[in-house]
Amino acid sequence: MSKEFDVIVEVSLREGIADPEGLTIERALPALGFNGVSDVRVGKSLRFVVEASDERDARHQVESMCERFLANPVIEDVEITLGPLT
Amino acid sequence: MTTRVGVVVFPGSNCEHDVVEAVDAVGGSGELLWHKDNSLGDVDAVVLPGGFAHGDYLRTGAMARFSPIMDAVTRFAQDGGPVVGICNGFQILTEAQLLPGALYKNQGLKFLCQPAVLRVESTDSVLTRRLNVGDELNVPINHFEGNYVCSEEILAVLRENDLIVFTYHDNPNGATADIAGIRNENGNVVGLMPHPERAAHSLLGSTDGALLLKGLIGID
Repeated sequence: MSKEFDVIVEVSLREGIADPEGLTIERALPALGFNGVSDVRVGKSLRFVVEASDERDARHQVESMCERFLANPVIEDVEITLGPLT
Repeated sequence: MTTRVGVVVFPGSNCEHDVVEAVDAVGGSGELLWHKDNSLGDVDAVVLPGGFAHGDYLRTGAMARFSPIMDAVTRFAQDGGPVVGICNGFQILTEAQLLPGALYKNQGLKFLCQPAVLRVESTDSVLTRRLNVGDELNVPINHFEGNYVCSEEILAVLRENDLIVFTYHDNPNGATADIAGIRNENGNVVGLMPHPERAAHSLLGSTDGALLLKGLIGID
């Protein structure tokens, strides 16, 4: 029987790839009085529900999606968070 | 025989007519191909034009790669057919893994629409076969995501195999190693950020792009 899983995929730029958006935000923060902020990185988050036989199958499916489509491994890393649909 | 150049139209492409016009002007015969077609017909060369295919959703080129025509484009490229990706077309070629690396947002986050001086680095490509290494060309750029990015390993492969076709004289976008365009090993697949079709008539301020398109259609 298949179950449904809540998925969050966070896509971020790989280490070592310059992030001009993050840098611009980081430079803007002190102007608002937020000093001491560093390492700002901008990414995106995708949320969806996936059907799978179990959590392992769900993770496997999502990893495959990320590899083939949701992220570009040349410049991006992904972090997958996944759990039973609530 | 006139060289037929198929120019693929994706939803959101916006340079396809310019490419057809420029190809015709240099003596070829340009025609539009729809991204949902499964075949390329009898064209001798394919151009993926600039624009915002599929709205650049997810990433530039990420959706276009799955357009039905891309299977035919990939087979054509693997069989040695000339395939050129201009701007968004270059982004599509990297997403389709017909060329290595990726195009990322310009350093400085500015949309750049300006003339650019390119240096020809390799003449083993369908665009540069009529030119000499070191030739300088004036061809405009028009992009937000033209910052070529690749791993150190890929950069070494590009350099060792003479796969860098064009570099910028003054790097406008932060591209790795000033790269403006690259090719595959056979030289039949080329991707570049600048727009040759916008430099194909003296009225446009430069005819250097016409030299590249003449290379594509095999006219000396």
